[in-house]
Amino acid sequence: MEQFFTQFPTVLGALNEGFLQTLRLFAITLVGALPLGLIISFGSMSRFTPLRALTRLVVWIIRGTPLMLQLLILFYIPGYVLPGGSPWPGGESGRFMASAIAFIINYSCYFSEIYRGGIQSVPRGQQEAGLVLGMTRRQIFFKVTLLQMIKRIVPPMSNEIITLVKDTSLARIISLQEIIWAGYAFLKGSHGYSGLVWPLFFTGVYYLIFNGILTLFFGWLERKLDYFR
Amino acid sequence: MPILEVQNINKSFGATKVLDDISFSLERGKALAIIGSSGSGKTTLLRCLNFLETPNAGRILVNGETLFDAADRSSKSDAEIRKRRLHFGMVFQSFNLFPQYTALENVMLASLLLAKERPDYKQNKHAIHEEIEGHAIELLSQMSLEGRMNHYPHQLSGGQQQRVAIARALALHPDILCFDEPTSALDPELTGEVLKVIRSLADQHTTMIIVTHEMAFARDVADYVLFMDGGVIVEEGTPTELFENTQNERTKAFLSRFSQNS
Repeated sequence: MEQFFTQFPTVLGALNEGFLQTLRLFAITLVGALPLGLIISFGSMSRFTPLRALTRLVVWIIRGTPLMLQLLILFYIPGYVLPGGSPWPGGESGRFMASAIAFIINYSCYFSEIYRGGIQSVPRGQQEAGLVLGMTRRQIFFKVTLLQMIKRIVPPMSNEIITLVKDTSLARIISLQEIIWAGYAFLKGSHGYSGLVWPLFFTGVYYLIFNGILTLFFGWLERKLDYFR
Repeated sequence: MPILEVQNINKSFGATKVLDDISFSLERGKALAIIGSSGSGKTTLLRCLNFLETPNAGRILVNGETLFDAADRSSKSDAEIRKRRLHFGMVFQSFNLFPQYTALENVMLASLLLAKERPDYKQNKHAIHEEIEGHAIELLSQMSLEGRMNHYPHQLSGGQQQRVAIARALALHPDILCFDEPTSALDPELTGEVLKVIRSLADQHTTMIIVTHEMAFARDVADYVLFMDGGVIVEEGTPTELFENTQNERTKAFLSRFSQNS
């Protein structure tokens, strides 16, 4: 027990640092993928057939293959095939950059499908009502369709975002030093400890608390949008 | 001069001809009822007037001004269409109120957005807002919805929702108000309140086109009736001519089918 108390500050410090990296990847993915997903959803609904077909092909490929494979390809393959070698800076910053790009591409494809479902579930009559009232398509989107769409996508979005929190751990495959990497380090040897089992379990607590907060937030958002149907 | 002239409108969806050489005109302050069975093209005709569908041929004139001419491609830009469709108001069968806005906000929204395009909007923002709100309140009161202004659509009955939709259409001062089967989505006990409102609009000489299945109502309120079947106007005339003295076999068959059903 005494041993545990001496370990605790060291482990907590290392795990906090790992979780900070987890949070960074989570945040940058949201910042990039939420708007990019909307653009992709417009592409997948385009009346211009080649654009629509191309967008849907890309979404199919990205959603149909493992994120882990995409991470490995994006991080390692350029070093073998590009004449100038790997484009990624060395060290943690290069790994983070590659992870961020892979996550943004992957998640924007998932988000685009959620947006598409949301936009298409708003009845056509809403747009027509806006049109006959002399509103522009832009006004109709921002003043009429958008909020109805947001209301409809909150539940699937909250699912996807909670999945994203957990998926960040996949970046460990290219040795990004996120929280699971940090917890596992105590098992295989780090900070003068090896064979330390509990830190790995303890990483789960971080995920549980963070996802708990997200769940509360999305529940609040859902209630907030409950004033209309 | 008639307020509305529709000349030789044709509309096809693929190989299906939905409107075949439709022409009619409407005088200011008159109510026109369009009757006919489902699929006869009535709704498509209204949608053409509101630029929700583009006719393949024909012309639409309001107050002598050509709003639409299928032969003239330049008359179809988005901004132009937006301005021109304001000559028409539209009340939909399914109301299509904006669910996230209250009754009052539904009526005000389009007017507020249009006001922003006025050059004097910035200086007189407050006064303009006040004026639009006052007008909206007046319209909703006219619809007997004084106590429902701050309700959201889902808190209103179908009949109340449709009355909000009528106020919303009136807010933009359309020259011609179009109704697309305004009571078809309502429970029978709620149709009365909506028909009453439309009747009072007719009494105030609002120019209206009403697509309806309510024969008694059409006969009572309309100044003029069109009977459509298979995309053509089969017969037109005053309610008396059409409902009582028709010599046309198709009109007779339609009317007798209707009196059997209802």
